[in-house]
Amino acid sequence: MFYRTHVLVEMTSSSVAFGAAQVKEALEREIERVGLKNEVKVLETGSFGASLPSPFVVIYPDNVIYAPLRVQDVRRVVEEHLLKGRVVRELMLAGGLEWKTSEFAFPFPLAKETRVVLRNSGFIDPLNIEDYIARDGYMALAKVLTEMTPQEVIEVIKRSNLLGRGGAGFPTGLKWEFTYKAEGQEKYVVCNADEGEPGTFKDRLILEGDPHSILEAMAIAGYAVGAREGYIYVRAEYPQSIRHLEEAIRQAGEYGFLGENILGSQFSFWVKIRKGAGAYVCGEETALLESIEGKRGEPRVKPPYPPQKGLWGKPTVINNVETLANIPPIILRGPEWFKSIGTPTCPGTKVFTLTGNVNNLGLIEVPMGITLRELIFEIGGGVRGGHGLKLVQTGGPSGGTMTPDLLDVPMTFDTLPKYNSALGSGALTVVDDTHCIVDVVKSFGEFFLHESCGKCTPCRIGNKRIVEILEKISEGKGTLDHLEELLHLGRNMKMTAFCGLGQAAPNPLLRCLEFFREEFETHVKEKVCPAGTCQLKSLQRTVR
Amino acid sequence: MAKTLKEMEKAKEKANLVTIYLDGKEAKVPEGITILEACRMEGFHVPTLCYMEGLSSWGGCRICVVEVEGQPNLVASCVTPVREGMKIRLSSRAVREARKTNLELLLSNHPLDCQLCDRNGSCELQELAYEFGVREIRFGGERKTYAVDMSSPSVKRDANRCILCGRCVRTCREVQSVCAIDFANRGFDTFISPSLGLPLGESVCINCGQCILACPTGALSEVSHVEMVWDAIEDPGKFVVLQTAPAVRVSIGEPFGLPAGTVTTGKMVAAFRRLGFDRVFDTNFTADLTIIEEGHEFIGRVKKGGKLPLITSCSPGWIKFMEHFYPELMENVSTCKSPQQMFGAIAKTYYAQKMGIDPKDMVVVSIMPCTAKKFECQRDEMCASGYQDVDFSLTTREAARMLKEKGIRLEEMPEENFDDPLGISTGAAAVFGATGGVMEAALRSVYEISTGKTLEKLDFYQVRGLDGVKEASLEINGMEVNVAVAHGLGNARRLLDQVKAGNSKYHFIEIMACPGGCIGGGGQPIPTNLEIRMKRIAAIYEVDKNLPLRKSHENPAIKKLYEEFLGEPNGEKAHHLLHTHYMPRERI
Repeated sequence: MFYRTHVLVEMTSSSVAFGAAQVKEALEREIERVGLKNEVKVLETGSFGASLPSPFVVIYPDNVIYAPLRVQDVRRVVEEHLLKGRVVRELMLAGGLEWKTSEFAFPFPLAKETRVVLRNSGFIDPLNIEDYIARDGYMALAKVLTEMTPQEVIEVIKRSNLLGRGGAGFPTGLKWEFTYKAEGQEKYVVCNADEGEPGTFKDRLILEGDPHSILEAMAIAGYAVGAREGYIYVRAEYPQSIRHLEEAIRQAGEYGFLGENILGSQFSFWVKIRKGAGAYVCGEETALLESIEGKRGEPRVKPPYPPQKGLWGKPTVINNVETLANIPPIILRGPEWFKSIGTPTCPGTKVFTLTGNVNNLGLIEVPMGITLRELIFEIGGGVRGGHGLKLVQTGGPSGGTMTPDLLDVPMTFDTLPKYNSALGSGALTVVDDTHCIVDVVKSFGEFFLHESCGKCTPCRIGNKRIVEILEKISEGKGTLDHLEELLHLGRNMKMTAFCGLGQAAPNPLLRCLEFFREEFETHVKEKVCPAGTCQLKSLQRTVR
Repeated sequence: MAKTLKEMEKAKEKANLVTIYLDGKEAKVPEGITILEACRMEGFHVPTLCYMEGLSSWGGCRICVVEVEGQPNLVASCVTPVREGMKIRLSSRAVREARKTNLELLLSNHPLDCQLCDRNGSCELQELAYEFGVREIRFGGERKTYAVDMSSPSVKRDANRCILCGRCVRTCREVQSVCAIDFANRGFDTFISPSLGLPLGESVCINCGQCILACPTGALSEVSHVEMVWDAIEDPGKFVVLQTAPAVRVSIGEPFGLPAGTVTTGKMVAAFRRLGFDRVFDTNFTADLTIIEEGHEFIGRVKKGGKLPLITSCSPGWIKFMEHFYPELMENVSTCKSPQQMFGAIAKTYYAQKMGIDPKDMVVVSIMPCTAKKFECQRDEMCASGYQDVDFSLTTREAARMLKEKGIRLEEMPEENFDDPLGISTGAAAVFGATGGVMEAALRSVYEISTGKTLEKLDFYQVRGLDGVKEASLEINGMEVNVAVAHGLGNARRLLDQVKAGNSKYHFIEIMACPGGCIGGGGQPIPTNLEIRMKRIAAIYEVDKNLPLRKSHENPAIKKLYEEFLGEPNGEKAHHLLHTHYMPRERI
């Protein structure tokens, strides 16, 4: 059946929280009431990207955005716009901006956006496989199964220089090649969707908005490395992602894109879902494998690395959701196209999630190499309330701490480590200068104290001692010796912790102790908080 | 799996060699071994804590860290394989400081009351603190406190002293395949716990105490019977009878500074006599008795077509393991009580009658290499005399501690003999202390009893030694009797699964819960490691070889016991006193 108009309702976890489900219901009810049921179709879609007002509704093909659209305004939109063809200007986003359908050009505030992994999010109904197929879905899988050998697939991914988007930035093609070359009949593909980095929610929006792209990519990976089975390890806190994945797996099976002899080829592939139980460390790939196997989520000894000995001891390739979402377009458009985006050493796009004290919050996909200044002051609309920028935590607590002097560093996997920072998962937490540095560092410390798995001494006890010392400092009981102890504990953890989590945990502390030394010293010497926001605030008043 | 030096030497012969540099010294070591193993081969000492020979390497404590040139972080030597050209620094400032810091962090969450700890003097944490020259702990802060778990009859858990090295967890899982304990919670709140947070006494713990041997600190120890034994000894109204297990005489010298593998039978008897026991008897006496009963049980099952293979029942850790994990094999297990329990039953009946002592005034104390014996003597079924047959069971460690408390220096004692008649035994009983010993003793008697012929070669070398599973076969009256021996319950599973599947070729199986058998029991002096186990085993066979009688059925006191009291082996009275039954237990 053909409809003259489609009404797209953004239905992500957060828009549901803003009442999107009720809006959708109201739309359907009103459309039926005015007798347009056979002419207008209401669709659920994934995220439109940046943090736009919610509920977010697009009338297509009119390209009119109503946001935020509240339930009580639905009747007006249906009667005026859909029935009479008169746009309700005062309910439109930002007073009347148009939505453009061109795939890689998105309107305000996202002029810089380049969509590769979010190519379908917001454009299709994630619960309808035909929407995905209509936008070239499963074409890449068909291409590899009919035209390419596994080696050729790996070669294409290697040539694209796609770096793993989970945080470490390891070349995906190499990972695949190692797994392909590893001996063994039984191999596995694992999708790491245990997105636990605070401030990161890119994987969730990909899974909610375009689950088939992940299934397609996993099947391609399976074909390339010689695996027949894939697992998606997804946090249980993402019920909508899980629901969409389950439905997508069912539909893909029905259409013959998963299962026995895919598309009539010799290749068979199945995907299973495993839900995480909320441990941050399970995002670490070997702890994740332990968890899939039903064991306590603790990192394994490396080497052997997963491509040699992974799930159930078999060669396993583990890729992040965002990494996988890049695979089908690379296959279809070729590695040269991919390398035309981003920087030569770090091609492609990156999905960033902007959080904290910034005007425009949300998710944005931009070419690699963008600077923090562009991200925060152009896309993010600057620091909220006109305050100064204190720091930006990139990639969550275990990523890097970017101080204002690093605003013009290109954001890539290869440049940030030179500044003792890291791109990580792409989370950007903006902290303005009204915050006390001791508070900021303590909040990161508390996170790691809570999330340390407890396996190794420096992380298990070190994080505890760090938080205790920071507490003393913010209670006005700190000494200069405490600052030395913090440095010592932080360095020790960085040097001797078992896994990446522990080694990265002290990064914010160490960076801040260096850059904000003066502020720390004021806390311990003068018992005063220059920002005036930590527990020493009252003390500050008495002193002054 | 952490390798022994011997295994590494073997590996060196076969494997490709790589060149590494240890503190500048060039060394050629086998490919694939860890830095720690390479250091040990080359004579470099690297301190360790969570590493333990015979267990998988875990890399958690971060004490054995070393510096590898070109690598930004320090690496744990116990889990990092050597690579060609690797330059390793073992004694740089960074290494020394990191080790000390991590040790201080551990100490910052550990009680500092060494004097009051069971493991004062044998604690690895204490030793490292001494070696590293720790004089202050720079990092104060919260110390976790936990209630001490005294729910188990055998193993006391004091989580306050636990440093979360996981050696107990790995021992329980990898050596014993019991998995009674594991890590619970995470981060600073991590602790070791039985499943579902149950007390140990309600878990599948089989009381073998191997975790105690694995524990570097005082977090795990035996439930002490010392005070009760003092009370009994010092009570003039009690007649206190002692029995000492076969494996104790080859290990109790160690806490007194004697080298591992020293046979101290006579000195031990003298020492315990001075401790105040009214009689010092020998569990070896009832080990002989066990062989008679179990041997006849085996012969009977073969003749009457009873359930085979027959599986030995001396090891109470194994028995509880069977009740939890293999209840379907219950009928395969011999109904014979263990020598400890046979002793209690005989002491409180036969000997009490003989001496005219009311068994209610008799206290039977055992000294065992074992912690499960504490559990065993408290089992409801173990009251054949009308009273609890064995009242208290001390570990070798507890016994040594009592001697020290009373100022008795075992090493200086004269040689004395066990009291009669429950102190007379043969070499067959002596070998009970080592893996394969019960089988060897049984074969010696079963052969001679069933054939009427004299066995020419008494030494069954096939069942000796530390291979996990050993087998032998012997022709008896035209029948090929296949026997197998397993020690360590992980090894035992290999045999038991065959029996369960119905494809076991064996007629008779010996199972000992502890690696090496009783000489490696959970109640033995610490350290008990592979090397020490081997020395104790050698001592056991030395005891056997030097005894005039080496077959249980030749023990004159045993013959007399049957004549005067028991009647026939496997007869009614024997059944009542010397045999028992088992019960399936839940697997939680």
